[in-house]
Amino acid sequence: MRADLEIIAEWIQPKARVLDMGCGDGELLDFLAQQKQVDGLGLEIDHDNITQCIARGVNVIEKNLDEGLASIDDSSFDNVVMTQALQVMHRPDLIVEEMLRIGNEGIVTFPNFAHWRARFYLAFRGKMPVSKFLSYSWYDTPNIHFCTFKDFEALCIERNIRIIERTVVDNEHRQRWWHKLWPNMMGEIAIYRITR
Amino acid sequence: MPASLPTDSVGIVTPELIHFAEPLPLVSGRVLPEYDLMVETYGQLNADCSNAVLICHALSGHHHAAGYHSEGDKYPGWWDSAIGPGKPIDTNRFFVVSLNNLGGCHGSTGPTSIDPNTGKPFGPDFPFMTVRDWVNSQVRLADHFGIQRWAAIVGGSLGGMQAMQWSIDYPERLGHALIIASSPKLTAQNIAFNEVARQAISKDPQFHQGRYYDHDALPKTGLSLARMIGHITYLSDDGMAEKFGREMRNGELSFDLNTQFQVESYLQYQGEKFSTAFDANTYLLMTKTLDYFDPASEYGDDLSKALSNASCKFLVVSFTTDWRFSPERSREITDALVAADKDVSYAEIDSDHGHDAFLIDSPRYMAVFRAYMNRVANELNLGVADES
Repeated sequence: MRADLEIIAEWIQPKARVLDMGCGDGELLDFLAQQKQVDGLGLEIDHDNITQCIARGVNVIEKNLDEGLASIDDSSFDNVVMTQALQVMHRPDLIVEEMLRIGNEGIVTFPNFAHWRARFYLAFRGKMPVSKFLSYSWYDTPNIHFCTFKDFEALCIERNIRIIERTVVDNEHRQRWWHKLWPNMMGEIAIYRITR
Repeated sequence: MPASLPTDSVGIVTPELIHFAEPLPLVSGRVLPEYDLMVETYGQLNADCSNAVLICHALSGHHHAAGYHSEGDKYPGWWDSAIGPGKPIDTNRFFVVSLNNLGGCHGSTGPTSIDPNTGKPFGPDFPFMTVRDWVNSQVRLADHFGIQRWAAIVGGSLGGMQAMQWSIDYPERLGHALIIASSPKLTAQNIAFNEVARQAISKDPQFHQGRYYDHDALPKTGLSLARMIGHITYLSDDGMAEKFGREMRNGELSFDLNTQFQVESYLQYQGEKFSTAFDANTYLLMTKTLDYFDPASEYGDDLSKALSNASCKFLVVSFTTDWRFSPERSREITDALVAADKDVSYAEIDSDHGHDAFLIDSPRYMAVFRAYMNRVANELNLGVADES
């Protein structure tokens, strides 16, 4: 079980209506349905992922998030979740705004580009960081809008978004004492709980 | 039929005519005093009658959805790609019921049937049917088989509209609705195409105000034109370009009105074939049924309100090059279901085949279809799917 799923599940009320934007193969919604009996819906663009969601009984709608979510009513979900997809959006800021229009609370996770390994990679090799976790080259990466924890928090302040909670983990979703000490340097993934 | 029967075919099937003696009140205010439905079934109904799937046909469809009628049959039923052992609608697990709707011309009571009051075919006097009327007749068909609740109701195009209407009118009587290449209502453009088709038929001198049976005549020209128009709207621009391009039969321009381009010849062949196989009054009736469908109209044009009663789960599927019922129409259905907080999944399948894509085997379409029907079967503990 992915550790981030358990962290996210803690922030979601039983039987909540949950929208997962970029739901992948439906693992999170399946987990939340079993653990929290949520009423879940996923949005996804990848064909194989969509078939896998359908096969496991997760409701999924084929959708390109970059085309907008105007068809979904205001406040129609309790929680809107987006795991590891913010950095592939054309306009992450608009997506975050949409999350909080559609849902009462948002949960966002993304990789931290200010992690010490990325910093050292760029500083000493002079090349865009490539790691086991983020294995793409600069020219073929779907991750077009990397940010750091500090960048994201600055966006939240600018847009009047309140951060309820933040958990910083490594890329295996483990929490260590050094993540709390120096999150923007040591943390690889942040999980934010946000609202308006 | 192919030399040997494909292993994933339901095999030789025999249709059954079922009589219903109880009068059926219609939305139009008229009443069908009694009627017959021509039906085929595939697979076995289980002991608690929980594994039944209803197939609803489209404009020119009928009860023969899968398998072969005889050894000499050249082609299987119209949805043989999806129905059979190990296919998405797996007849090893499901009991499948497929019917010819009222007003049809393949054995169910319709314009070609004898009106007991006159002793002559109903012809143009056969009552116009709505999707709701069809659903009401299908409810009695379910009762006939002892099916209290369909595991799923599945339909493409006009068939999808029947699945949708079921979910609204009889929410407790189905577990899942699969709405494929369908629409919540026809657009003005759709109605316009239907009207041109109807005009072609009714203006044919052989039509005789729909009394062609009495004149020993057939409005072949009109029905053939209607089919040609329809056929164009079922294919896509890309699909036609790929299939025919500008290919000529004799390779050069002949500067006369003879058939030159392959696409002309193809359309004429399709029209010709249809004009003797299908009844003109049925075609008129069924295009009207399409035009009239608009469940939201009873709810202030709010589709999500119309669907708020539904309790089944939904799969909505569209095809990228379908311009008859475009993906936009399927997204309307999906959005309305999300707004009504219903369980819905939606897939938009890449295809060159236009509206016809819903009848054609393609890997992603079949994978989605199969995954969904597996889920339906698993929810009902209908045993394990065959490897295929």
